[in-house]
Amino acid sequence: MPVKVARAEPEFVPGVRHPLERWLRTDRLPHIWCSGCGLGTALSAFLYALDELGWDPDSIAVVSGIGCTGRVAGYLKLDTYHTTHGRPIPFATGLKLAKPDLHVIVFSGDGDLFAIGGNHFIHAARRNMDITVICVNNLNYGMTGGQLGPTTPVGALTTTSPFGNFEHPFNLVHLAASAGATYVARWTTLDGRRLQKAFVEALSHKGFTFVEILSPCPTNYGRRNRMGEALDELKYYREHMVIRHGADPKDADILPGKPFLVGKFVDLEKPTYLELYQTKAREIGGG
Amino acid sequence: MSELQERAAKLWKVPKGYIYVLEEFCKGCGFCVEFCPKKVLAQASHFNDKGYHPPEVVDPEACVLCGFCERICPDFAIWVEEEGKGDVS
Amino acid sequence: MSARTVLSGVHFMNGDEAIAEGAIAAGCRFFAAYPITPQSEIAERLARRLPQIGGMFIQMEDEIAAIAAVLGASWGGMKAMTATSGPGFSLMMENLGLAVMTETPCVIVNVQRGAPSTGLPTLVAQGDMMQARWGSHGHYEIIALCPASSQEAFDLTVRAFALSERFRVPVLLMTDEVVGHMYERVEIPPEVPVASRRGPKVPPEEFLPFAPDPDLVPPMACAGEGYRVHVTGLTHDERGYPDMSPEAHDRLVRRLVDKIRLFPQEYTFYEEVGLADAEIAVVSYGISARVSLGGIELARKAGIKAGLFRLITAWPFPDEALFQLARRVKGIVVVELNLGQMSREVERAVRGRVPVHGVFHAGGRIHTPEEVFQGIEEVYRQCR
Repeated sequence: MPVKVARAEPEFVPGVRHPLERWLRTDRLPHIWCSGCGLGTALSAFLYALDELGWDPDSIAVVSGIGCTGRVAGYLKLDTYHTTHGRPIPFATGLKLAKPDLHVIVFSGDGDLFAIGGNHFIHAARRNMDITVICVNNLNYGMTGGQLGPTTPVGALTTTSPFGNFEHPFNLVHLAASAGATYVARWTTLDGRRLQKAFVEALSHKGFTFVEILSPCPTNYGRRNRMGEALDELKYYREHMVIRHGADPKDADILPGKPFLVGKFVDLEKPTYLELYQTKAREIGGG
Repeated sequence: MSELQERAAKLWKVPKGYIYVLEEFCKGCGFCVEFCPKKVLAQASHFNDKGYHPPEVVDPEACVLCGFCERICPDFAIWVEEEGKGDVS
Repeated sequence: MSARTVLSGVHFMNGDEAIAEGAIAAGCRFFAAYPITPQSEIAERLARRLPQIGGMFIQMEDEIAAIAAVLGASWGGMKAMTATSGPGFSLMMENLGLAVMTETPCVIVNVQRGAPSTGLPTLVAQGDMMQARWGSHGHYEIIALCPASSQEAFDLTVRAFALSERFRVPVLLMTDEVVGHMYERVEIPPEVPVASRRGPKVPPEEFLPFAPDPDLVPPMACAGEGYRVHVTGLTHDERGYPDMSPEAHDRLVRRLVDKIRLFPQEYTFYEEVGLADAEIAVVSYGISARVSLGGIELARKAGIKAGLFRLITAWPFPDEALFQLARRVKGIVVVELNLGQMSREVERAVRGRVPVHGVFHAGGRIHTPEEVFQGIEEVYRQCR
């Protein structure tokens, strides 16, 4: 990167506030994520969405699992729960059912939500549990050193697919749509504003909503797959992503070197678990 | 007590407002520099405490305050403020 | 079925149903579980009862999800319970650890059946007692209670909720297939006290979510109460923030253990039957304790003064009570439906003072009084 000389001299100002500071546990920053990791970008888009929604912070709870994305919960000045590996969705289910007025958001990674926690994902989607699941998909297990994950593309090198991955990966958009999610979108960390819009839509949408964010993992995935730096991963997204709203989810596969779809895939209405439960309870004279 | 509030940021005046850089938070990913549509930023030659080159404003007149740098920064290290809307003015 | 909350009065129910009613009476309004024999009657009863009284019932996709949902509900401010049997109990071990680490009050029922693995799905055993104590990874302390009748299943469920709130710890109800399925008289009192949760005493800006009161238990701020608490299964400091230092870890683990260990008088329950003049004590719990009474009767008829020491609290093990027992008798017989689990604790607690003889059966059926009597005779011979 060329180093230029600044033309204007900056001044130093103490006591400044980042626009998102009210949502953050600032005494825990800077965060633990690597240089170039997309998690911070995904998190900030989420916080801009919360700004836009204007909800009472005490009405929002964020639940994370384990892994790099699992650490999101710890940076938010909200009621936040850093649970066990793969279990944020059932934890969130209990939280939502116990306190239906809460907006409950699960923020976790591809390995957490779709390998060890895959069963919970499909069942929460099937029930149309009224929660939003945000998956930061970096195509591998970053925290543990870059192992093969359920979304690792065919051919990719990871520490546990040292000769190239030969497993078929999940298409998360298709999986979420088939399991019954009522809102499904995918963006990359290159699209902060579109991501914010997707979060606003998903959070204000009734029922089980899902946003996938493709995010660079330069330390483990990018480096091992000769993608260069995080910057190059973002450039890859810019060159390969194709925005197509309303596309068929089954066309949303991510294949190495091939264009991939982003956009809003599913947006539909159906009764939530809680609505159906309460209707049934009223029918039998309870509730 | 907020750590951010205790820390000093670098501030540049640009035509429509201000650009802040909290150098200690920067991890030198270069996203803001690379994706700035007006090429307002460059990586500084100096290092921050972590050993990264933080961004600095090299072409303030070009800035249209689109805020893309703020949106793409993964480290809450750079942000913009519209003239007349923030702490400084 | 009645939509009354507490079914005060006299009933004929099995232990599983009594647990369900005990939970409702104790204020439990959230139950999540996965079907498994022999606990399904608990879930089936609560699936009917909870929607009628403003509670939540949900059948989850597996036992891991069931306990995770229970923890979420507890942080949502509800009293919450799950119930299972051995295979499901194994799956719950992961989040049992999370409950211990995050100090989440909840009640977990294990209606024990023959094991390992799928074992004897419909038949009795008591083989999960050590799993109850050490099943999740790491060093921790936990409370486990063992009912021996339908009435006690009701009573101990109420007590389990109170203890879980008092200590902010998961409380295990370690029952067994026979107690779970045996129909008996259950008297539900006119009023059942509902334990309250200890909330913060200071405003949010001063609140440290894991700073304990003098009794080592921190007050609990649930979701949406304005305290904006971070809760993690990682080792954490009093703010709830991750702290990976050995000092922080030792401090936290010791407190989690000591907050329970230092107050044995609050959770140590046992029953003595005919021990006043006894030379031989039979130590047992759950259904095996009831069977042991028959063996003791045979022994008395044969001129051996025997009595029963029935463990109601299995964990933390009542060391002191057993040590004192060993001073009063000449020998001890432990009767349990496994090949020696609590008997090891008995041996440890009596510190070699008296011989300890086990009457073990791996499960599938309860002991006969004759088997217990033979055990008593055996130890009686040894200590003469």
